[in-house]
Amino acid sequence: MTPDAPARRDETHRTALVNDPKVRRIALQALLIILLSFAAYSAVKNVATNLANQRISSGFGFLSQTAGFGISQALIPWSETMTYARAYMVGLVNTMLVSAVAILLSTIFGFAVGIARLAPNFIISQLARWYVELVRNLPLLFQILFWYLAILAAMPPPRSALNILGSVFLSQRGLTLPQPVIQPGAAILGVAALAVLAAAVMIVRWSRLRRERTGFGMPRRVSLGLSALAIASLVAVFLLAGAPLQLDAPQQGRFNLSGGVTMMPEFAAFAIALTFYSAANIGEIVRAGIQGVGKGQTEAGRSLGLRAGSILRLITIPQAMRIIIPMLTSMYLNIVKNSSLGVSIGYPDLVSVGGTILNNTGQAIEVIAMWMATYLTISIATSLFMNWYNARIALVSR
Amino acid sequence: MKHHNRILGTSSLILTLLAAGVATAGPTMDKIKARGAIVCGVSQGIAGFSIPDSTGKWSGMDVDLCRGLAAVVFDDPNKVQFSPLSAKDRFTALQSSAVDLLSRNTTWTMQREASLGMNFAVVNFYDGNSFMTKKALNVKNAKDLGGASICVTAGTTMELNVADFFRANQMKFEPVVFVTADETAKAYETGRCDVLIADASANYSRRAQLQKPDDHIVLPELISKEPLGPAVRQGDDQWLNIVKWTHYAMINAEELGVTKANVVEMRSSANPEIRRLLGIEGNLGEGLGLSKDWADRIIRHVGNYGEVYDRNVGQGSPIKIERTTNALWTKGGLQYAPPVR
Repeated sequence: MTPDAPARRDETHRTALVNDPKVRRIALQALLIILLSFAAYSAVKNVATNLANQRISSGFGFLSQTAGFGISQALIPWSETMTYARAYMVGLVNTMLVSAVAILLSTIFGFAVGIARLAPNFIISQLARWYVELVRNLPLLFQILFWYLAILAAMPPPRSALNILGSVFLSQRGLTLPQPVIQPGAAILGVAALAVLAAAVMIVRWSRLRRERTGFGMPRRVSLGLSALAIASLVAVFLLAGAPLQLDAPQQGRFNLSGGVTMMPEFAAFAIALTFYSAANIGEIVRAGIQGVGKGQTEAGRSLGLRAGSILRLITIPQAMRIIIPMLTSMYLNIVKNSSLGVSIGYPDLVSVGGTILNNTGQAIEVIAMWMATYLTISIATSLFMNWYNARIALVSR
Repeated sequence: MKHHNRILGTSSLILTLLAAGVATAGPTMDKIKARGAIVCGVSQGIAGFSIPDSTGKWSGMDVDLCRGLAAVVFDDPNKVQFSPLSAKDRFTALQSSAVDLLSRNTTWTMQREASLGMNFAVVNFYDGNSFMTKKALNVKNAKDLGGASICVTAGTTMELNVADFFRANQMKFEPVVFVTADETAKAYETGRCDVLIADASANYSRRAQLQKPDDHIVLPELISKEPLGPAVRQGDDQWLNIVKWTHYAMINAEELGVTKANVVEMRSSANPEIRRLLGIEGNLGEGLGLSKDWADRIIRHVGNYGEVYDRNVGQGSPIKIERTTNALWTKGGLQYAPPVR
């Protein structure tokens, strides 16, 4: 033991607790937490007391009551006798559907626009430029109304619906397609499809490993043969199981087409508007990403004798993605949030259905809290996924 | 705009609720007097009930009730600020004190009094939901509507009634839901829907505004009871009574034959009921915190119920709705007022 050790301990002891930076830091944090939780507690208590004083009911009990209203588009089974909670889920699924479709289509179209913007062809690059400038500078709400009215005006009334190929109808009530109806025995078909898929995945993986080892890819003849075999076996299973899928073709009814599955004009107009608006922004993001990759990279590619398409695909885009992804994430979040504008043309999204629930039950605070929690959850999930993807494609130092 | 209204309404509701110890009893009159005007929540434009003209001047049955209230309180029917509200935002606006009353063709239901913290004062129009459709579709009655697309306004009793009606008759329908009554009607007009559902009165008023009114028909069936009337927040009985008696004064005036034109002569009438109504005998108005001539003011500035009905929705208007259920009880209708005594 060193002689000066007790002395040092003595010194620590002499420092008053108040002056200990560590103690002070913890104490301050604790004080802040106490203050914040007191503020939250008294806010909640005041709201509850005041609601009771004004005789406005509160709590989430209303969610299990019968909703009693109709919803025009429901991807999960829905009837008026189901609960408010279920109605909210129907609205949520509709919001997610239109967001997902818009994200997918605007990404594809946006990349095309961004690349076209940099094309050496003057007409193509100018077209892309004007598209971006026009669409990006007009309010989204205006564009939604434009597409909705354009679709309604262009389509014939349902009684003289455009008939395509006998069983597809196009009218002011939307695009009606034959609906596959599952018959008994369809489970076998599902199992067969899964088995074929699993086999395909295994064969592709094996062939890749083989190419890495030996340098020989699978000959085209073999891969085509295997694909044909997969399709043929599925068709055979389908026929052997007694064709367990039948089509419910739409019929002209008194007012509308009955049967089949219909894509509402509200959905189509909203998805188109969201896609075009977001694609213009994504186009600019992609252009910025591509231009952010050093010119030397392209020149190096050219000096290796690669074609323009290959340079773009193999050299420029993979590096541009590192610039594009973070901006793309916030664009995706915008699409999800913009999907709340569907209410303006009667698309039954979360805001529309939630608004009806709010009005029928009068429980504004609860419904708004649910809206906030839902949008927050969707947005955080989207950005977590994009962050994961960003980390995956980030520059790996070897 | 609509969006903003709701967000503003809701955030002010939340702010009011966050404040500790909001007083809830009797302050509406004090606030109105301090402000110098009544804030009246009306529709965004339903002809005959509440609609602004090209100069921004509001008219209609519901508007006249608010003007009657302003006459009672200020002796000036123009001391009203009209606040147009969508069906969806109206209750939040009332709850958050953004308006002093809703006079917005709102249906009196049990649920609204039981859980929205509001009281309906009176029924100033007995109505029911009905369907409007195109004559070309050749629909004779509502039971023929199976499979139709129906345009509905969000946050109304119609949204529930239409679902009930089709469920009860085991028919299918496609609801297309819009936020404002105007958007709903426009969608019907462009052909998005086969049918527009609304209160019968609103359907008649809407039909008169369409480009070719004769191409459309309002089906005769009423599929629901829609007693429409003004509503106030719970907890202020004085204000509730003032709204009630403003309507009752107009009914009693019609029953007694007191009109906007003859009210001055009627002051010297020998009929004790008229003398009590006009405040010549007794002093009933003061018990409600009003002046002696409170009812005289309503009739002088606005008129009796019959006059209000006639010029807004009756024979003196383009809508021309028959009195039927809204006739006085003495003429086979339902409009009846307690006596002034």
